[in-house]
Amino acid sequence: MAKWILWMSLPFWVGFAFANEAAPASADPALEARMMRISSELRCLVCQNQTIADSHAGLAVDLRQQVREMLQKGQSEQEIIAYMTARYGDFVLYRPPFKATTALLWIGPGVMVVAGLAILVIVLRRRSRMPQDQFDPESPDAGQDPHLS
Amino acid sequence: MKYLRFLIPLFVFLGLVWFLARGLGLDPKTVPSPLIGKSAPGFSLTKLDNPEKTIRREDLLGKVWMLNVWASWCVACREEHPLLVEFSRKKLLPIYGLNYKDDRAAGLRWLANFGNPYDASLFDNDGRVGIDWGVYGVPETFIVDREGIIRFKQIGPLTPEVIRTQIEPLVRQLNG
Repeated sequence: MAKWILWMSLPFWVGFAFANEAAPASADPALEARMMRISSELRCLVCQNQTIADSHAGLAVDLRQQVREMLQKGQSEQEIIAYMTARYGDFVLYRPPFKATTALLWIGPGVMVVAGLAILVIVLRRRSRMPQDQFDPESPDAGQDPHLS
Repeated sequence: MKYLRFLIPLFVFLGLVWFLARGLGLDPKTVPSPLIGKSAPGFSLTKLDNPEKTIRREDLLGKVWMLNVWASWCVACREEHPLLVEFSRKKLLPIYGLNYKDDRAAGLRWLANFGNPYDASLFDNDGRVGIDWGVYGVPETFIVDREGIIRFKQIGPLTPEVIRTQIEPLVRQLNG
């Protein structure tokens, strides 16, 4: 039984071994968790599709250390994010702030959904107004060229 | 007139092509630096060839100078290096190196092998000054004016075009 438990817990220990290898972590797990949460909001500039929390790139390791030290000094999350954007720009943020240059980024998807729904409603309404005998989903709506179906 | 609506997909497609073609021309590695037009971050670092001697940001105020971030482990730096050596012969402005996350002996050996275009190299062992300057892709090159304001940043190796069309005119203007 004891042996079985040991084997079952193996994946857990493997995870631990890697975690230790990856980061010269501070002893405080709460601080470490905060550091990882902040890091996962920041883009790694060397490997741009990863967060600083995920990346093994040298710069990401350094920036995690920087975040860790700033937290140890008692600095707030906002201060750390401000520190990073002052150096690397809004580009490091996975959630960029809403401003003129990012308005399209934030509003775009919503606009597209609304436009899609509007087109759907218009088409359905037009079809519902058609006389019953004329309605045939296989043929194009009135006003379209029958030769092109 | 009725047939025009069948051209809509064509125009949508052309729009898409335009966006994609533009996307191909952009380099996602080039992130605009928020530091341009701002005061250069402070530093106090020892010289690569002399751990006793420290250079600070304040020491360089009053002149237009170039900061070139390099490392002996950086392949692109080697590619850029002959151009920088050639540029330094023109004596247009003082060139300072930031030896980024390197080993002192390896850095010095690298300069001995490939030539030293720098008036001095600053030894940034832990990369802290690099972070302050927003460095993420070595080599990087900055131009700092007399008041200590960053005026220009190049990410990645310099090219003869960048030197001719951007750096030289800027330095002349700042010195003029």
